[in-house]
Amino acid sequence: MGPFMGWVRSFRLQSMVLCWFVLTAGLGWLITSAHAQPIAPKAAADAAIVKQGEYLARAGDCVACHTVPGGKLFAGGRPMETPFGTLYSSNVTSDPATGIGKWSADAFYATMHIGRSRDSGLIYPAMPFGSYTKVTRADSDAIYAYLQSVPPVALPNKPHDLRFPYNNRSLLLGWRTLFFTEGTYRSDHTKSEEWNRGAYLVEGLGHCAMCHTAINALGGTSEAKAFQGGLIPMQNWYAPSLTSNKEAGLGDWSLADISDLLRTGISPRGAVYGPMAEVVYNSLQYLTDPDIRAMSVYLKSLAEGSPLVPATATVRVEETSLLMRLGKTVYDAQCASCHGGQGLGMPPQFPPLAANQSIQMESAVNPIRMVLNGGYPPGTIGNPRPYGMPPFAQSMSDDEVAAVVTYIRAAWGNRGTAISARQANELRTAPAD
Amino acid sequence: MLACASCHGMQGKGTNNDYFPRLAGKPSGYLYNQLIAFRDGRRRYPPMNYLLEFQPDAYLQAMANYFAAQRPPLPPPETPIVSQDILALGQSLVTHGDPARDVPACSSCHGASFTGMEPAIPGLLGLRPSYISAQLGAWRYGTRTAAAPDCMQIVAGHLTETDVTAVAAWLSTLPSPANPTPAPRGSLPMPLACGSEPN
Repeated sequence: MGPFMGWVRSFRLQSMVLCWFVLTAGLGWLITSAHAQPIAPKAAADAAIVKQGEYLARAGDCVACHTVPGGKLFAGGRPMETPFGTLYSSNVTSDPATGIGKWSADAFYATMHIGRSRDSGLIYPAMPFGSYTKVTRADSDAIYAYLQSVPPVALPNKPHDLRFPYNNRSLLLGWRTLFFTEGTYRSDHTKSEEWNRGAYLVEGLGHCAMCHTAINALGGTSEAKAFQGGLIPMQNWYAPSLTSNKEAGLGDWSLADISDLLRTGISPRGAVYGPMAEVVYNSLQYLTDPDIRAMSVYLKSLAEGSPLVPATATVRVEETSLLMRLGKTVYDAQCASCHGGQGLGMPPQFPPLAANQSIQMESAVNPIRMVLNGGYPPGTIGNPRPYGMPPFAQSMSDDEVAAVVTYIRAAWGNRGTAISARQANELRTAPAD
Repeated sequence: MLACASCHGMQGKGTNNDYFPRLAGKPSGYLYNQLIAFRDGRRRYPPMNYLLEFQPDAYLQAMANYFAAQRPPLPPPETPIVSQDILALGQSLVTHGDPARDVPACSSCHGASFTGMEPAIPGLLGLRPSYISAQLGAWRYGTRTAAAPDCMQIVAGHLTETDVTAVAAWLSTLPSPANPTPAPRGSLPMPLACGSEPN
């Protein structure tokens, strides 16, 4: 399995639920149940709007949560485990009894815009309505029209299996008061139309902030910390900062390289793995060149002005260091055939490691996991047969993993910190999928 | 296919690890079914589930075709570590089955020389006893499943743990067959219906 986004959201849910729990004392609010919405007579859906809706549903990556792998499209039921219980995504097919066939466009917009369900009131924020609130009414209506065209699947929604008190939806009111701001995306008129289109997609349907903005102690996100990155503990991948060029900031990338990465999963500067591979596989590979370019323009602007390299290196690059010596031995034997003796790789299929930001980040979680678990970039229209990296968990000791990761973080002018065998060992038990 | 080699060996010939199976020469339909099942989580093994999660059908088919076409030599037969009685039981079950318990002979579907049958019945040679035992056990306990009707689940359900040990041990002692190619599609009259092997 591997609902990566599901895991991501699960972790967020865990924190959010904790927050609701904290807030529950003194809250005596009652939820009014969902507004009864009149059902508009369904006009014959305009084929162009349906097609546009399908495209926008791709941009929103709805399928990642609302379809079980190998299961019926948009029939929901995908479990998202949390320490507080299990959430199940909902059936959003056109089935009138178990899907959203009886919903009006108004009711669907209320879900997207203010996180209110026609059936059950306030929605748990695993559904990224904090981002989708920025989606225009026209785009929401197109997605609605598309979902109404999806073949009906009669599959009742599974009730969420959250334990008391987390199963009390009234706690959501407290969370929403603190962390949810309703509002459609507003253009920044000092920026280009292309930049604004990119911002609309990244901040809205793309819901990139779900992973790339750190959550605070109460399980919410702060606009001041938007896109600054964060660890995803339940999943044990690190979602790097998009605002810092020390991490995944794209300030010094060319627009062509950013576009390649988003659309195909590989680029001359690096490739996507793990949770981001899911996003490219299900969503970004289907977007148009102008939309991918717009997102690239916006993402590049997020990190412009950020320094390119850390002020000081913390590992001495000396062959005499024991860790570095073992690391070089392991690297030359196991890694150099693809990544090159000088870490230059053979881009775009074998990513470069020298000057690769994701190797040198303060968090070494991602490079350690790549060595342990290997990985393939997603198979996409633009790169249908990606080259994979083998797992080494079964053949390398913790000391060897620590040494080789330290080596690639510090060799060839890279400026990452050393890692310990214990850090390597801890990630052996991380969920692989 | 270099990413596969660290566990499955170059050309999918297998390694000396007990649990990573040889892939070479198995029918491509079988390999493809397994790749899809790993990708979609119907066959559970987290390292494989993770690696294949975002790969399209066409690529998985190409991987299956590659390994199906490989013919690296089989490893030398294992020296059995079980008793002669157990080996004899294994030979009997594998070659004759046990009609009284509705256990068909392995050879009735997997071929007289155990090289499998096109398009989706795997060969049983070059696999270590631990791997075969683990798979039969997984079928018995329902943690490995195939398309319905799931014939291997039915067959494995009729086996005892001793049977499993015996079958796995005897299979691992077999020498290389003269012709490692799987039997042609439909060439063996199967004793029961299998969802993965349309006839």
